Amino acid sequence: MRKVAIYGKGGIGKSTTTQNTVAALAEMGKKVMVVGCDPKADSTRLLLGGLAQKTVLDTLREEGEDVALEDIRLRGFGNTYCTESGGPEPGVGCAGRGIITSINLLEQLGAYHENENLDYVFYDVLGDVVCGGFAMPIREGKAQEIYIVCSGEMMAMYAANNICKGIVKFANAGGVRLGGLICNSRKVDNEREMIVELAAQLGTQMIHFVPRDNDVQRAEINRKTVIDWKSDAPQADEYRKLARAIDANQKFVIPKPLTMDTLEHLLMDYGLAA
Amino acid sequence: MLLRHTTADVMERSALTINPAKTCQPIGALYAALGVHNCLPHSHGSQGCCAYHRSTLTRHYKEPVMAGSSSFTEGSAVFGGQANLLQAITNMFAMYNPDIIAVHTTCLSETIGDDLVQIISKAREEGKVPPGKHVIHANTPSYIGSHVTGFSNMVKGIVTYLAENSGRKRNQVNIIPGWVEPSDMREVRRLSRAMGVNCNIFPDTSDVMDAPQTGRHEFYPRGGAPIEEIRHSGDSRSTLALGPTASEAAALKLEEKCEVRSEVLELPIGLVATDRFINALRHRSGIRVPGFITDERGRLVDMIADMHQYFYRKRVALFGDPDQLVSLTEFLVTLDMRPVYIVTGTPGKRFETRIREALGDSVPEAQIRQGPQADMFLLHQMIKKEGVDLLIGNTYGKYIARDEDIPFVRFGFPILDRVGHSYFPTVAYMGAMRLAEKILSAVMDRQDRNAPEESFELTM
Repeated sequence: MRKVAIYGKGGIGKSTTTQNTVAALAEMGKKVMVVGCDPKADSTRLLLGGLAQKTVLDTLREEGEDVALEDIRLRGFGNTYCTESGGPEPGVGCAGRGIITSINLLEQLGAYHENENLDYVFYDVLGDVVCGGFAMPIREGKAQEIYIVCSGEMMAMYAANNICKGIVKFANAGGVRLGGLICNSRKVDNEREMIVELAAQLGTQMIHFVPRDNDVQRAEINRKTVIDWKSDAPQADEYRKLARAIDANQKFVIPKPLTMDTLEHLLMDYGLAA
Repeated sequence: MLLRHTTADVMERSALTINPAKTCQPIGALYAALGVHNCLPHSHGSQGCCAYHRSTLTRHYKEPVMAGSSSFTEGSAVFGGQANLLQAITNMFAMYNPDIIAVHTTCLSETIGDDLVQIISKAREEGKVPPGKHVIHANTPSYIGSHVTGFSNMVKGIVTYLAENSGRKRNQVNIIPGWVEPSDMREVRRLSRAMGVNCNIFPDTSDVMDAPQTGRHEFYPRGGAPIEEIRHSGDSRSTLALGPTASEAAALKLEEKCEVRSEVLELPIGLVATDRFINALRHRSGIRVPGFITDERGRLVDMIADMHQYFYRKRVALFGDPDQLVSLTEFLVTLDMRPVYIVTGTPGKRFETRIREALGDSVPEAQIRQGPQADMFLLHQMIKKEGVDLLIGNTYGKYIARDEDIPFVRFGFPILDRVGHSYFPTVAYMGAMRLAEKILSAVMDRQDRNAPEESFELTM
């Protein structure tokens, strides 16, 4: 079983990319579980067809600690398993502790057990790793590989670099490695070249360049992944390529985060070259 | 030799604290809340916190200490403690009928960021606080400050919620006595009245933590500052705050909220500090110091003179809480003793300045330490490096005293292994006499114990 965590700046398209990639993996016959680690609990909407899922923490709150796996795990597109950690309403409590609680609970309930025969677990994590709780998926040998979703926009690259700093810390203590950057295009000038270069400087790879295509939004309106909604769309093939690249990926590294100066130079060089 | 691994060489430490010379904020907040009449303290956090804080106070005062707990579970940590606190407020008013609930927070509720102001106002909006009843709070995360900070925060909280300026001045003086024993608070009241000062003392734990045995258990003993009187503190002519670390914050809040001017004094422990206290009272009432107070002072001076030959130039190590240590240092200097090591776990840069002032130009070699690394381990190391003739502090000092075979006087908080300390004041002239006697007995007992038979004297 491969355990994968997807990080990246808020709003960059982590959940959309994750679900489309998972749909492609499911189509390839892989057995996948998605664990949404965002208090908003919107990481599995496309796989479940918009079904509002009861989150792990809601269940825990309402039913106490006597929770069954079936209460919190639903089947989505292509027989994927979908769970949502959930969390407190904005502004109260501790969402980070919520992630810790729900991942611990999933482990206790045997969601990762061998006889579940999972090929992949995907953790879709809130944009900013603001506290220890949001690092839970990469702590203590949980997820072993990380992909960072980014674009050619400055703040997205800055966030990617920042996340790499976090990975270094956990990579040294545990076994987590960076598998690559996924460029979710925003149609920035020289975007592909810039992210390829950023990846190279971080010591990793750009594992796929996902072009911008409004079919993604159209599919979302229909509460589906592109693969589910329009299997023959060109964008569906992009996600299939990404899924194959991840499935075949052998390059796992401890990243070398850039200094702020280097990062800004990179932006200047590629941004002004356009 | 329980502490045989302690070495004399002091190494630089940045993170490690060994046997801290302080404890949790809520313990102080809880003690302060007990000084309000018909008050039920409440710990907003997990049950273990509350159990520890209550039992520490019980072990020191040998009295039951009532307090509620929000009884956090994992769910509370994630979703916040609002639901638990609202339920607790409902339950406590229904079952225990206090006039006031004083909520203090814990590390957990502080870290998840529970907004107590919002939760308490919600409780009020939802009618969970019966008419005429109060819910107040203080934020008391133990990773900041110490138990003294917690005391200070709760006294400030009491003022913030309850004090009001009605626009009509009352001919009275607020006295915030600081974290002292119930007997000390009673002594402060006795002297204030004798000095003609109409005093409004809060918090006041006398007749709460030393209530007389009547054969009937009172859930709320008769003592404690009445809420009405605390409300009127906003109309007082002035405030006397005793002990800056414990009392200044509340005095300043009263100044800011109700325009009651304040004066901060060191705790009236020892001859000189008591003189200043009596003088401050004299300024407020304008009367001459009554003869019996002058007599108490005179007896103390006579006693000091009689004891002086034994005290002279004795090296003393002391540890505990800042306000107590400052006044005690000054008293030891009065006795011509030499306080050479002075250690508190309560952080604050002002501590060293205050101690230096108390020392004057005596004992230039004194080492003063404060903050997280100023712990019992460091104090022991200092003593190992160069010995002392006497150790003064709370019960935790007994291990050092035994290993180093030095006389030990229990003073401060907590005293867990003796009974009776909370019934006798250490403040004012009478308190100073008691302290001097205890110090001399400890020193002389030690001398007797090791005296060879030929010099085991009847008189010393």
